Amino acid sequence: LRLMYTATAMQSKNVGASGPEKYTEAFIKKQIEEFNLGKRHLANMMGEDPETFTQEDIDRAIAYLFPSGLFDKQARPMMKHPTEIFPEQRKIQWGEDGRPFHFLFYTGKQSYYSLMHETYEKLLNVQKYQDQLTAQDHLPQKEKRNLVGSRWLTKIELEEMLLEKLSDDEYSRFIQLLQKLMMLPCGDIEEKYIQKFSKEVPVQLQKVVIEPLKYDERGVAFSTGEGTRKTARATAVVYDNGTGKITVNGIDVLHYFPVLQDREQLLFPFQFLDRVGKHDMVCTVSGGGRSAQAGAIRLASAKALRSFVTEKEVEFMRQAGLLTFDPRVKERKKPGQEGARRKFTWKKR
Amino acid sequence: DDKLLSEPLSHPDFFNVKELFSLKDLFDARVHLGHKKGCRHRFMEPYIFGCRLDQDIIDLDQTMQHLQLALNFTAHIAYRKGIILFVSRKRQFCHLVESTARECGEYAHTRYWQGGLLTNAHVQFGSGVRLPDLLIFLSSLNNVFEPHVAIRDAAKMNIPTVGVVDTNCNPCLITYPIPGNDDSPTAMELYCKLFRMTIIRAKDKRQQSEVFNELR
Repeated sequence: LRLMYTATAMQSKNVGASGPEKYTEAFIKKQIEEFNLGKRHLANMMGEDPETFTQEDIDRAIAYLFPSGLFDKQARPMMKHPTEIFPEQRKIQWGEDGRPFHFLFYTGKQSYYSLMHETYEKLLNVQKYQDQLTAQDHLPQKEKRNLVGSRWLTKIELEEMLLEKLSDDEYSRFIQLLQKLMMLPCGDIEEKYIQKFSKEVPVQLQKVVIEPLKYDERGVAFSTGEGTRKTARATAVVYDNGTGKITVNGIDVLHYFPVLQDREQLLFPFQFLDRVGKHDMVCTVSGGGRSAQAGAIRLASAKALRSFVTEKEVEFMRQAGLLTFDPRVKERKKPGQEGARRKFTWKKR
Repeated sequence: DDKLLSEPLSHPDFFNVKELFSLKDLFDARVHLGHKKGCRHRFMEPYIFGCRLDQDIIDLDQTMQHLQLALNFTAHIAYRKGIILFVSRKRQFCHLVESTARECGEYAHTRYWQGGLLTNAHVQFGSGVRLPDLLIFLSSLNNVFEPHVAIRDAAKMNIPTVGVVDTNCNPCLITYPIPGNDDSPTAMELYCKLFRMTIIRAKDKRQQSEVFNELR
């Protein structure tokens, strides 16, 4: 006799009615009550008003009471509303008599297929409307829609919206259908429906603002700039009508940077703009080593010089690499190796 | 309650489905047009009236009889509150079939058929799921011109089937085949209309009978 075990719903992955942990409504309600009670206790503990205790206050209080050095923010202690912690789950899809609620239930992926059905219906409506307009010769011309600020929902966002797993092929089919709907001349009718599936992308590139010149008590124009290189931080103040005098941390440049290479680095922005003897500079620098401080002051002075110079020359400076922050830092040593890259000597035996 | 269920079975055509269609309607909807002689399936030969210029013509008298039986059967199933599942794998009519099913209050499946839908339902859906009591095939072939998997699965699960069989289809495992065209839009709209009307009629009749019983 051999016992046959059939896989039940609890062991399978693709389950519509019962998930691995069933969150009944009563359970979620209890969790919400406990959360609210805990919130009031926490407010009392922190000495704040329980009525006006927001989620940010809760986060701050928890971070204060349970300090944790763990890197992953998700691993630290947190206290959030139960709806954020327990993911939304599908309830049972059929009624008492056994008849499913949704007409596409037997396909397996009812939300996705009903979405496709709806979108296709919108497409047919638009085509019908278009045909009506063509019959009356009122067809509007296609205006170029500005696509820059919007993107379609990603596959993961769509999965969250539908509470169902999708394959890449299905997702791409849905996006193609939406694009087809949008491309039609009369697609503007269904604008609202399409907007449900598109998201605004914030304009990324922020134009770098060049600060205007400031004037000190003597009436001399000056401008400030900041620069960093490795661990060195520098601030430079460049004055107009100068003789090319440079002071670093109160010390003259010749005494602070005895090496020629460092002084050449400081000279480079001025030499590039042909303003070698025309500006004075007073800088402060801390951290880093000899070469790092020189590089930091160079970047700071180049940034300060932007205010004195035309936009075209700023572009030349940028192309020359004077305005780019140098991201190179010391690479960490790894275990099992002697240095960052150097491995231990390999011995054959 | 017992009388409610047994009364319709005593009449041969309780729901009077014969009046829903006529031979002229079928002809105007081009139901008699089959595929070319080369595509003919051997088991469809009894249902074919003849062949003109290589195109098979389906015998509409037989179609009338089969259609009447099939509609009568669906009406009885709908009267007894059974679950009806419309199946079709024709991309052109996918939207039409789904809309018909939605209007009737029944179910549709015009998408990719996952292997274990009927045979492995308790794993796919959950433990208490109820399977369809009738499968209606508005096109019994799938996209690769092979018999739809659901015909075989329904036969395995003892679920009766009603299906529109064209001249290149296999009518074997379908309980109530309807020889007819499944490619023309007019023919499909006619079938959808007929099924919709029978199901709605049967459901209304059921509601009326229940109301009468309650009044008594």
